[in-house]
Amino acid sequence: MVPNSLGRMIPEEIDGRKLRPFMGAHAGHGGGRKASPPIRAVPDYADKLRGSLDEAIDACGIRDGMTVSFHHHLRNGDHVVNMVVDKLAERGLKDLTLVPSALFPVHEPLIRHIENGVISHIEGSMNGPVGKACSLGKMSKACILRSHGGRYRAIQDGDIHIDAAFIAAPAADSFGNCNGHSGPSACGVIGYALADSLYAEQTVVITDNLQPFPVYPWVIRGGNVDHVCTVDRLGDPEQIISGTTRITRSPTRQLIAEYAAKFVRDTGMLEEPDFSFQAGAGGISLAFLKYLGDMMRETGVVARFARGGSNKYLVDMLEEGLIEYILDGQCFDLVGVRSLGEHPRHIETDPFTSYCYHTKGNFAPMVKLGILGATEIDTGFNVNVNTHSDGCLLHGIGGFTDVTDSQVTMIAAPLLRGRLPVITDSVTTVTAPGEVIDVLVTERGVAVNPAREDILARLEGSDLPVRTIGELREIAVGLSGVPERPEYEDRVVALIEWRDGTVIDTVRQLKVLE
Amino acid sequence: MSDSVQARAGREGKKNDLVVLLTEKDAGGIEISVKSSAGQMFGSQIEKTARETLENLGFENCRLAIDDMGAFDYVIMARIEAAARRLRKIGGPGCLPDRKVDYGPPRKERLRRTRLYMPGNNPDLMINGGLFGADSVILDLEDSVSPGEKDAARILVRNTLLTIDYFDCERIVRINPLSTEYGAMDLEMVVPYGVDTILVPKCESAEDVMAVEKIVAGLEKKHSLGYEVLIMPLIETAKGILNAYGIGGASGRVVALCFGAEDFTADIGAERTKKGTESFTARSLLVLGAKAAGVQVIDTVFSDVQDEEGLIASTREAMALGFEGKGVIHPAQIAPIHSVFSPAPERIEYAKKVVSAIEKARARGSGVATIGSKMIDAPIETRARKILRLAEELGLLADDDGEAGGKTGRVS
Repeated sequence: MVPNSLGRMIPEEIDGRKLRPFMGAHAGHGGGRKASPPIRAVPDYADKLRGSLDEAIDACGIRDGMTVSFHHHLRNGDHVVNMVVDKLAERGLKDLTLVPSALFPVHEPLIRHIENGVISHIEGSMNGPVGKACSLGKMSKACILRSHGGRYRAIQDGDIHIDAAFIAAPAADSFGNCNGHSGPSACGVIGYALADSLYAEQTVVITDNLQPFPVYPWVIRGGNVDHVCTVDRLGDPEQIISGTTRITRSPTRQLIAEYAAKFVRDTGMLEEPDFSFQAGAGGISLAFLKYLGDMMRETGVVARFARGGSNKYLVDMLEEGLIEYILDGQCFDLVGVRSLGEHPRHIETDPFTSYCYHTKGNFAPMVKLGILGATEIDTGFNVNVNTHSDGCLLHGIGGFTDVTDSQVTMIAAPLLRGRLPVITDSVTTVTAPGEVIDVLVTERGVAVNPAREDILARLEGSDLPVRTIGELREIAVGLSGVPERPEYEDRVVALIEWRDGTVIDTVRQLKVLE
Repeated sequence: MSDSVQARAGREGKKNDLVVLLTEKDAGGIEISVKSSAGQMFGSQIEKTARETLENLGFENCRLAIDDMGAFDYVIMARIEAAARRLRKIGGPGCLPDRKVDYGPPRKERLRRTRLYMPGNNPDLMINGGLFGADSVILDLEDSVSPGEKDAARILVRNTLLTIDYFDCERIVRINPLSTEYGAMDLEMVVPYGVDTILVPKCESAEDVMAVEKIVAGLEKKHSLGYEVLIMPLIETAKGILNAYGIGGASGRVVALCFGAEDFTADIGAERTKKGTESFTARSLLVLGAKAAGVQVIDTVFSDVQDEEGLIASTREAMALGFEGKGVIHPAQIAPIHSVFSPAPERIEYAKKVVSAIEKARARGSGVATIGSKMIDAPIETRARKILRLAEELGLLADDDGEAGGKTGRVS
């Protein structure tokens, strides 16, 4: 074990893989060569249409210990991951590495395959029940959590070698061109599958909406696709569009959103040219959009662009002319899906252009304001989005660490969730280091990272309740008391990878009490 | 003694609350079991608080089962005390949490544009009640608490008053009418522990106020409070309206008369409408009664939380009638009401001109001031000075060289 620059202890090697400890948010500078997919030739691709999913899977030649990948644009309505892994299990395969861009509660059936050894571990992202299974030590190897940009980087750099990529495609042609804009399982953007299509040994496009050539836009290009097959349904349309996109009705969360909007006003961000933001689709974020929209209308400010996840509220702003462009990474509701298909300035993006760290620049640092949620933040502004305070792995990183490259990164979260304070002395797990977090907005005050003297200076004279993060911690603990720490076994069950591939923290197996 | 002597308290499955089940035993000491949504992090703290509370209340042998949803200590203590009091008679004040807040004596003169109602048996709403910028908060023991929970709510409200910081808000408790079995017990439980003002519902006569005052004064003396708790009568019947002047003048503690439309319309046998025609005369009479008695007057709540335009219209009407505030049932209603009650910049400017004209005239030794061709008489001066006081209190007066800041608590 060696300490990284945050003092977290990192194993030198795990499951035969050498680890590099995190040395700072922007310490890494690339080097080496990218991974290269195999050379193929036209004569072998006269007909890519397979008779069934089974035929497509068999055509991939998957063996024990190989790596299979998925994207998560179908969210909690996805049937494809379970369908494919069930079939891999039927074939008696073992020790597979699963590389989903995210998992949802709908993927709970994977736990059986984890317990039976079909899946050895997961790289990418885990949510809900599968995260819990990992924390309880049910995977035979250590999992790796990466951000969306980190996942692209890992595939591009060869840290992940995908043997077979399974791409759920709401609209596809028999050449393999596909997008998510239409069809019974329309989900809008499918950009998270881009890296998989470029670098996998075998790429399978699975659709429930096969169209004659050409399907356009070809978000995934047929020239990168090996096999196309159809299934009855990719997923449950009701669940594909998650129910999270509703403005919060909680007065406390509305107050947090109001403070976030006042922060934008009082720091003078709106008066600078080319305002841009990324706010996500949680309840606080949507309420923030409402307050922000009011302010923009009053001041006549138009945002040059907003980064999606798109949703009804963002699309309304686009159509009203408050935003010139939506640069969209995923669609959270049907209004987002429709707008992506129809509006010329609603642009589909992928993690290469928006988030990947090993490229010649990306969008993330061009965003003026990024608003994010968090499970915990400590008095050094380090943030945890992965584990609950009881030490259990419950969430993936999503785009979190990528968004921290925004010019101002704001955490907006309730100071207390039930009895649990959001501010700790030291976060249970570090997802992002304090150096990239600029301000915390809670219902009981706004704390600016002392390193951002420029922001503090701009807030002089603001009537926002500006406090130090230590003061906010005192207020929270004054009500709640200091929580006890979870107990762990020695075994590392997951690694939290920073955007550049270094390890910022580990997650240890939970001690099961009684 | 059998195991069947047991009592329960708390609301099941509600955030920041817990359910306790307390069983008397003959022997074996105190046994506590804790199930909690925050179990790993707070389990042993919950157990420690529970044990201390039981010991404090004089329990030696009992079994306590806790099912917790993230309650703070003062809520845990309140629920255990409620169960304990349901089991046996507890002498003394009960088990009080340490006082974490101390505000000084109640202030009679203050803005009361908004009074935020919160159900007195719901800890999750009361915890953050002071954050939304209301002028007053009302912890309610009356209509929002069912008869079976009155005892538990008053303990919770007492503990809340001792623990939760309401900052600059006036802390009001709405008690049950003294004509019910609850009213006097409500007073006993809240008067000594930091309440500013008692909201007296269904107040119909000066005698109603004096009855409350008598008990309150007795408690102040018994607990050596050293200050006077204020009284705010809530007028909700035809009789109360006709007696408004007498109610307003019944005690020097009365700070404002409030109107309650729901009970009033029921009392006169009319439907309550958004427009409020059915209560127009009553509200006008209430304003007259309060003003004649020299106290503030506050309008009823606007019950459609979604309808901001309707709220603003209703507040404008109330202000036009002479009301100085409205009841509030959701924090989102606070900012719109404050914006209506905040004087517009033109009115502030005009008030400044009035005062400056008068001061110049006085400096000249002249009794007559004018703006343009208009003479400024005494009522105009009074109104202007009132507007400037309000503007100053709200931080709306521009500095010599600076911009005016707002204190309306709203993004604008």
